[in-house]
Amino acid sequence: MNSLQVELPGLNLKNPVMPASGCFGFGREYSEFYDLNKLGAIIMKAATGEARFGNHTPRVAETASGMLNAIGLQNPGVESIIEHEVSFLRDYQTPVIANIAGSSLEEYEHVAHSFNETDHVAALELNISCPNVKEGGIQFGTDPVMAARVTDRVKQASNLPVYVKLSPNVSDITAMAKAVESAGADGLSMINTLTGMQIHLPSRKPLLANKTGGLSGPAIKPVAIRMIYEVRQHVSIPIIGMGGITTAEDVLEFLLAGANAVAIGTANFQNPFVCPEIIDALPETLKRYGFSSVQEVVGKGILT
Amino acid sequence: MKKEELIVKNSTEIALETYEMVLENSFISMTAKPGQFLHLLIHGHTLRRPISIASVDRDKNTVTILFKINGSGTKHLADYQIGSVINALGPAGNGFTLEPESSTILLIGGGIGVPPLYNLGKKLVDNQKKIISILGFQTKDYVFYEQEFKQLGETHIVTNDGSYGSQGFVTDVIGSIADFDTYYSCGPLPMLRAVSKELVHKNGYISLEERMGCGVGACFACVIPTDHNGGYRKICKDGPVFHHQEVNL
Repeated sequence: MNSLQVELPGLNLKNPVMPASGCFGFGREYSEFYDLNKLGAIIMKAATGEARFGNHTPRVAETASGMLNAIGLQNPGVESIIEHEVSFLRDYQTPVIANIAGSSLEEYEHVAHSFNETDHVAALELNISCPNVKEGGIQFGTDPVMAARVTDRVKQASNLPVYVKLSPNVSDITAMAKAVESAGADGLSMINTLTGMQIHLPSRKPLLANKTGGLSGPAIKPVAIRMIYEVRQHVSIPIIGMGGITTAEDVLEFLLAGANAVAIGTANFQNPFVCPEIIDALPETLKRYGFSSVQEVVGKGILT
Repeated sequence: MKKEELIVKNSTEIALETYEMVLENSFISMTAKPGQFLHLLIHGHTLRRPISIASVDRDKNTVTILFKINGSGTKHLADYQIGSVINALGPAGNGFTLEPESSTILLIGGGIGVPPLYNLGKKLVDNQKKIISILGFQTKDYVFYEQEFKQLGETHIVTNDGSYGSQGFVTDVIGSIADFDTYYSCGPLPMLRAVSKELVHKNGYISLEERMGCGVGACFACVIPTDHNGGYRKICKDGPVFHHQEVNL
């Protein structure tokens, strides 16, 4: 087995690195920079039942070591994504994970069910944590009972493994993780963005049209590491870790905290080549810190 | 579009808070078209900054950008010294559509929206077009490239406070311009709205700016609606130039 290989439910990954949902569109733009076959997997931008336009602009703002975004789940709707985007990604030997969002249990079920018909989606990432739309699933992401309910319904509607993407905007993330594990989640994705705000001095108003946005980038990495470290000790399902990764060393840190694979988001905006560069740097980085495989690192940072 | 390193060959404050920077890179200079931009990585900043290309010198392998200090990113960019290297994605976006049958062209620029029109104007003069320019600035201290535009043709300067040229807005001058076939405009959104309203029956193109994320069309940060039914264009990828009827300002 190659040292970077990772086996997760539904996902046979040649390496643990995948672009995070919403930061990579549906792969087309980045395919002009490099061969998408290089990636461990691709997590597509969120799909909802119908097309969504999203929020007004400005939708992004820079912060210290990070950024705020409030895109508002803009997407062409699940049918269009299957017809135009999944069909494009079918040409690559890279597993595709479909991120699904909704504003009701029925919408989640519908979107999840729609991906059953496709032959090139390997898993679902259940987005119960988008902070940027009024009815965008955040109520499912902050209440363990609701989170378990939507996980259960999506599991029943889908024939694919389901990774539940957790929100950090909760006081007890372990309770959320345990609730969705009990409801049948095959894995976790964590963390989504932290809700934040920036006020623009010249106009004296919140800079983002949506007022609040999701904070991402290196600024949130310590929060992600802490949450994965905690959750890892209370659940047995795999974790796709994310939150501010920009280097292969960051990947190692996530693996040590208990992540089984990682996703890279904001860093793609700064450097479109960041995913392949991290993948290339991983073997040497593993070696430098005394490891021979990715699998060997997982959870090794946890003090017992 | 590629990820390239550009060498700072010159950097000058040419008007209040306004910098002209000459950058050397052969790929960028050989491929850049009027209206395209560079997505610049400024040290210490998470997000790149989109800055339009103001002119190209293919003999010297350089492009010139102009930017106004508008926040911490552009402030740091102004600190870059000659010889330093800037990473950029570019040339990004689509440039201005050139219309071979138009013979007289009106350029309408506002503030830091003026630079991409200079690159366009030079190209149009090379194509034997007659150019008329209206350039609007806040005050006298912010005026730049007046002589450069005068070399292209008839040029009107407008300042909001009347401290230089005529007083008012670019739209106050449009009515006095003799006939033209096509207009190109770049500037703040309120100006573009006023211009496209004033010239609603004319053929014209506008160049938009917006806070961007990826700059390559993946993140959906910089969209502009095209109708009231959810239609949209991405400013970074489909624009930044659009026909004035293509988007809802």
